[in-house]
Amino acid sequence: MAEALLTLEEILVRHGSATVLDIARLEIHPGETLALIGPNGAGKSTLLRVMGLLQPPSAGAVFFRGERANGENTLSMRRRMASIFQEPLLLNASLYDNAALGLKIRHLSKAEIRRRVLPWLERLGIAGLAARRARTLSGGELQRTSLARALALEPELLFLDEPFSSLDPPTRESLLIDLRDILSQTGVTAVFVTHDRHEAFMLGSRIGVLNGGKLLQLGAGRDVFARPADEKVADIVGADTRIHAVVERCSEGVARLRFDGGAVEAAGDFQAGAAVVVCLRPEDIRLSRPESPACGSGINHLSVRVVKVIPSTPHYRLLLESGTGPLTALLPRAAFEALAVREGDALSASFDPAALHIIVR
Amino acid sequence: MKRPAATFLAAGLMLLTLAMPARGAEAPAKTVILSTTTSTQDSGLLDVLVPLFEKQSGYTVKTVSVGTGQALALAAKGEADVVLVHAPEMEKQYVAEGKLLNRRLVMYNDFVIVGPKDDPADIKPAKKAVEAMKRIAVRRSPFVSRGDNSGTHALEKALWKRAGVEPKGAWYMESGQGMGATLNIANERNAYTLSDRATYLAFANRVTLAVLLEGDGALFNIYSVMEVNPANGPRINVTGGKAFADFMLAAATQEVIKNFGMEKFGRSLFVPAARMREADLN
Amino acid sequence: MSLIWNGIVTAFALVFGGDPEVWAITWLSLEVSGAATIISLLLGMPLGILLAMSRFPGRALAVALVNTGMGLPPVVVGLFVSIFLWRSGPLGFLDLIYSPAAIVIAQVVIAFPIVAGLTLTSFQTLNPHLGLQLAGIGASKPQVLWLLCKEARLPLLAAVMAGFGGVISEVGASMMVGGNIRGQTRVLTTATVLEAGKGNFDVAIALGLVLLALSFTVNFVLTHIQQRELIRWPKPS
Repeated sequence: MAEALLTLEEILVRHGSATVLDIARLEIHPGETLALIGPNGAGKSTLLRVMGLLQPPSAGAVFFRGERANGENTLSMRRRMASIFQEPLLLNASLYDNAALGLKIRHLSKAEIRRRVLPWLERLGIAGLAARRARTLSGGELQRTSLARALALEPELLFLDEPFSSLDPPTRESLLIDLRDILSQTGVTAVFVTHDRHEAFMLGSRIGVLNGGKLLQLGAGRDVFARPADEKVADIVGADTRIHAVVERCSEGVARLRFDGGAVEAAGDFQAGAAVVVCLRPEDIRLSRPESPACGSGINHLSVRVVKVIPSTPHYRLLLESGTGPLTALLPRAAFEALAVREGDALSASFDPAALHIIVR
Repeated sequence: MKRPAATFLAAGLMLLTLAMPARGAEAPAKTVILSTTTSTQDSGLLDVLVPLFEKQSGYTVKTVSVGTGQALALAAKGEADVVLVHAPEMEKQYVAEGKLLNRRLVMYNDFVIVGPKDDPADIKPAKKAVEAMKRIAVRRSPFVSRGDNSGTHALEKALWKRAGVEPKGAWYMESGQGMGATLNIANERNAYTLSDRATYLAFANRVTLAVLLEGDGALFNIYSVMEVNPANGPRINVTGGKAFADFMLAAATQEVIKNFGMEKFGRSLFVPAARMREADLN
Repeated sequence: MSLIWNGIVTAFALVFGGDPEVWAITWLSLEVSGAATIISLLLGMPLGILLAMSRFPGRALAVALVNTGMGLPPVVVGLFVSIFLWRSGPLGFLDLIYSPAAIVIAQVVIAFPIVAGLTLTSFQTLNPHLGLQLAGIGASKPQVLWLLCKEARLPLLAAVMAGFGGVISEVGASMMVGGNIRGQTRVLTTATVLEAGKGNFDVAIALGLVLLALSFTVNFVLTHIQQRELIRWPKPS
């Protein structure tokens, strides 16, 4: 395993009497993109600032390539990284001057700055605007400039704090795709914070879930999303259906879980009698008319009633009620229309045992 | 810095700041602080005498010209080394209290009552100052007072008192300013006022007021020099103050005083009084 | 009106005729107020930046004091500084009363809160996260401060001009601590009062015009620096 690029140990950040961040250990691996998600106030921005050496922690240590940041070397370490924030925060100058600012700070020659900045302006599609004053640029153009400014530094670590959340969706989409390409082409290690889990899933090779200053789960995107460590993580990652149940029996890797109104089968090994939470992602629920339930061996079925239909694109979101608790399901528009679903209808919800994720309480 | 121009500006002004302390930093023992009145300064006499004294003695004089009250108060605090004012009643009080020492007469000039040429209150025939003031009050003719506790104001108040009048009303205006400004106001308002002759002469071509009463002994304006009691405060330049006072009474200086004004006005503005006694002048 | 015309004529005669006294008075005014403005910048700008960028207990009180200081009447400042500099005062041993240095001290007391207060508000016009972002692209602390000052240069230069304007034009403090002594502490403002008091209105107006010209020249230079990189809004197409 390659040496960790950045390591955080026993990090504590206190704000007055409150503990805002409490991370026992976190490693950033070279070449990865780590996405940090969590609700507001979870400490994501604080964590990013501590990692970017922009805020010293109240306790604990940050190691960059194995060397501890100790105040004297902080500036030189910080200069091997770059941070981008939600507001582009450009200066009252031309686009080019702003993009070149990081290099100017490092006292590079004018020619060298040109050589490094111009390709990034081209790559981000803003080279034609180089002479424009920052005040005349649109939100997307500003954020592209901010990106160019950071990337021209060829940083070993790139930190992004919700860089696209204040942009309109089409701009956000295009910038996300551009960023993804750039990250994979340059191999730059990046840590970015977002409150949009879809962004996280799209960009992050690993996802970290923060809440209340603590890191609740850290792992590959698919794992974190499909197998949340606890109910809070499940809420954050969007495993919206959560049902409390009890393990009735378990044999040969198949467990039967009983709850009010029914029972389901799930894969796994559990203690009989254990209290658990059954988690299900909305995309894993298939809906059909009760008369013709989905077929398949071992598939679980539940009778549900449609409580609410939330139209959206591309999926309709359905809030369902079964005897045992609420479920959330998604239906592509075409399927929704084909089923001719209305609020109050009775439907059959089916899901694969493998799609169920069991959290032991 | 942004541009060479800005750098130059800053550097230039920095040098100025550093050069500042070098200016006017004479040794304290060589400095004499003279407190006097604005009208004395305005007469121009000190512009002749002070450089003379500085050349002769090697002292540097800082002439602080303020109102009579402030001039005396500063000396009483020890913030001056020698005083030159013309308010005998107030001076005697400070001497009695021991704050000021060695009061000696230097010179005198006189006051005049000036007013509109047509003399609406008919004070010309009065010949005596007190009578003139009475007539002005009776007729309620406009009168501008210094109103600033200066020597001039003190004399004016004494005259009102002797005339048995308490001046009050729209006709009686207190300017609160120096003699020149007061003359201007009187000129604008066609009013009477009491002025020292020196200032009036300096302003004669600027105002249409005429001298309507002069020569009365009550109108003498007596200038005295006093030294400051070393006990009044720290760092009083006793020798310097005495040197200036002695200078004012020296024969050569008295001669300069006698001739001052001849060239410009055709007559002297002051009469040297070092040899006189105060009683003679009343 | 002829008074003003006479004043203008006299002004030209005095200045361009090389009247040594008028030149000396003008030069002293520039030296004294220039020095006071520079010292006020050195003291006031760091204070203003500190108040803008940090939070500490008592900050609100400090800001209120600075804002009050911006409106100090010069004559009151002169009176209080006199009390300190008099022989009988705690700083009497410095023998500064009735010297140009005393005027500089009083003018610093007048100008430094103006500079500090306006520097504070100039920095508050900046985005509060700007400093963090600059650090995020590798700026050191001094570089962050320098870039923030550059970004706030419009209101900062206004602070300089306000500080200078406040002291070049004051007369109360100069009179009290300087004494308006001919050849030593007479500056344009005190000389104007003196001449007006003597009734020499043409000379008074002339001195006033010289003062205005001096003030205008300095402000012209500063304004030029301030406005030089003003944004040209793109013409709507």
